[in-house]
Amino acid sequence: MEINNLNNLEKLVNAELSSKIQSSEIKYNELLLKISVNEIVAVITFLKSNSRLKFKQLIDIAAIDYPNEDKRFELVYLLLSIESNLRIKISVKFESNEKIPSITKIFPSANWMEREVFDMYGIKFINHPDLRRILTDYNFKGHPLRKDFPLTGFNEVRYSEKDKKVIYEPVKLEQNYRNFDFSSPWEGTKYEKAIMEKEKNEKN
Amino acid sequence: MKKTKTMSLNFGPQHPAAHGVLRLILELEGEIVEKADPHIGLLHRGTEKLIENKTYTQALPYFDRLDYVAPMNQEHAFALATEKLLDIEVPIRAKYIRVIFCEIGRILSHILNVTTQALDVGALTPSLWGFEERETLMTFYERASGSRLHANYFRTGGVHKDLPTKLIEDIGKFCETFPKIINDLEDLLTENRIFKQRNVEIGLVTKKEALDHSFSGVMLRGSGIPWDLRKSQPYECYNDLKFNIPVGKNGDCYDRYLCRIEEMRESVKIIKQCIENLPKGPVKTVDGKISPPNREELKQSMEALIHHFKLFTEGFRVPAGNVYTAVEAPKGEFGVYLISDGSNRPYRCKIRAPGFSHLQAMDHLIRGHMLADVPAVLGSLDIVFGEVDR
Repeated sequence: MEINNLNNLEKLVNAELSSKIQSSEIKYNELLLKISVNEIVAVITFLKSNSRLKFKQLIDIAAIDYPNEDKRFELVYLLLSIESNLRIKISVKFESNEKIPSITKIFPSANWMEREVFDMYGIKFINHPDLRRILTDYNFKGHPLRKDFPLTGFNEVRYSEKDKKVIYEPVKLEQNYRNFDFSSPWEGTKYEKAIMEKEKNEKN
Repeated sequence: MKKTKTMSLNFGPQHPAAHGVLRLILELEGEIVEKADPHIGLLHRGTEKLIENKTYTQALPYFDRLDYVAPMNQEHAFALATEKLLDIEVPIRAKYIRVIFCEIGRILSHILNVTTQALDVGALTPSLWGFEERETLMTFYERASGSRLHANYFRTGGVHKDLPTKLIEDIGKFCETFPKIINDLEDLLTENRIFKQRNVEIGLVTKKEALDHSFSGVMLRGSGIPWDLRKSQPYECYNDLKFNIPVGKNGDCYDRYLCRIEEMRESVKIIKQCIENLPKGPVKTVDGKISPPNREELKQSMEALIHHFKLFTEGFRVPAGNVYTAVEAPKGEFGVYLISDGSNRPYRCKIRAPGFSHLQAMDHLIRGHMLADVPAVLGSLDIVFGEVDR
């Protein structure tokens, strides 16, 4: 059987990896596999090395934050097979304190992608050779793409004429950030700064 | 015997050959590079976070600011992703217009890359000639969208406005004159002794390495892998167009240069075909729930007025789901992994920038090369920090 369309691919993957796959679905003409954290390395190694599949390119690793769910984070590995001209998405969900096995041994390019996930979400990888921050500033605190990280951030940077150097100071907003709630447009807007101040007053 | 010590050298972040704000920490043994550690993120603006807080229409202009030498190619990926989630069809004329401007973007990017790479290895003239053509092309951008760089021209469901007839004629004229400029550039560079000495057999990438390091676009084709999303996973109207995919042999900087030159010729061919066969009709979807009404309608119809108000305050809602769409941007595969939760804003928008993977391989590519080869390799990677840092 030649693997040239998604239905064949789904059948083959399910047959070969039956116990490792929680579910699979084809939607928008894309195949999404759901697996558990422990199976990441095994499944991706299989997809890469299987002679009929040859998913030899790791396109990207995307992390998603669902703060209201038990399993807070999701990682989606996007793979591409040039030989069979197919793509596959592999999704794992896990809790916020879990550590994820790194796939840098399988794909060298996963190195920076995992660093980015770590930087943006604080997800830690086991066996990663060099898990440093990558995109944010030196000495940056927090993980900016988490949903509970404010859009404006905490610190801003400017050149101080007085000190003759670049300094960091807490964000001061000249204008409120207006976050409109469209699900009930007639209730008016909520001004985040006003709410923050109100909360502050209540605490005091 | 005296022990030799490696020297570490900071290359950038302010260096004309760093193509932006790259800080490259090099470990040097004499003049040989032992290790390279790129520090990126100096141009990080939190695009993905910003997009999560904007409506779909407001999110689109952020894509211009990624790879700012070929803005519309990026917009394209996002527009395609939203259209896939919404399940709407783009009118045929819009498809052709999109392709015209994507190919213009490709030429823009390749001119910049080829000529600045030449500049990095010591040739000044090509950049002066090339930038004149870029100016013409950016005027086309301006005449279509009102802006030379940050176009914000594509929309979910089509493009913002139809092209003026005169503009289409002028793009056609450009296609006649531009191949001569490519020949001129080639006269200066292709057989140039210095250019060849600096590029041939430098930054070699084998097929396996190219795949392992997630290379795409010219970086992949330069190594002899015939892979182009426009052919292999065609989107828009690339199926109806005739063009070839130039593929390199040796996978060195010189082959990648040749690929880019040849790709510019192919792009001209594509633009010509699009102009010849440009169909008539609307340029954005007629679905009033997605594309805003025009001025005249606004004055006449109450429904149009409501649509206009709702679209520019709330925006449109996109059904829940997740999709990955990729386009063949000039630098490689530019992808958008878009997750919608059914509201008017993307829940998550992961941007796959080709330059990110390419720059990652810098350490691997440059090991054992001379310090002077660093700009040559960097130039042929085609790095733009807008997209690497996002």
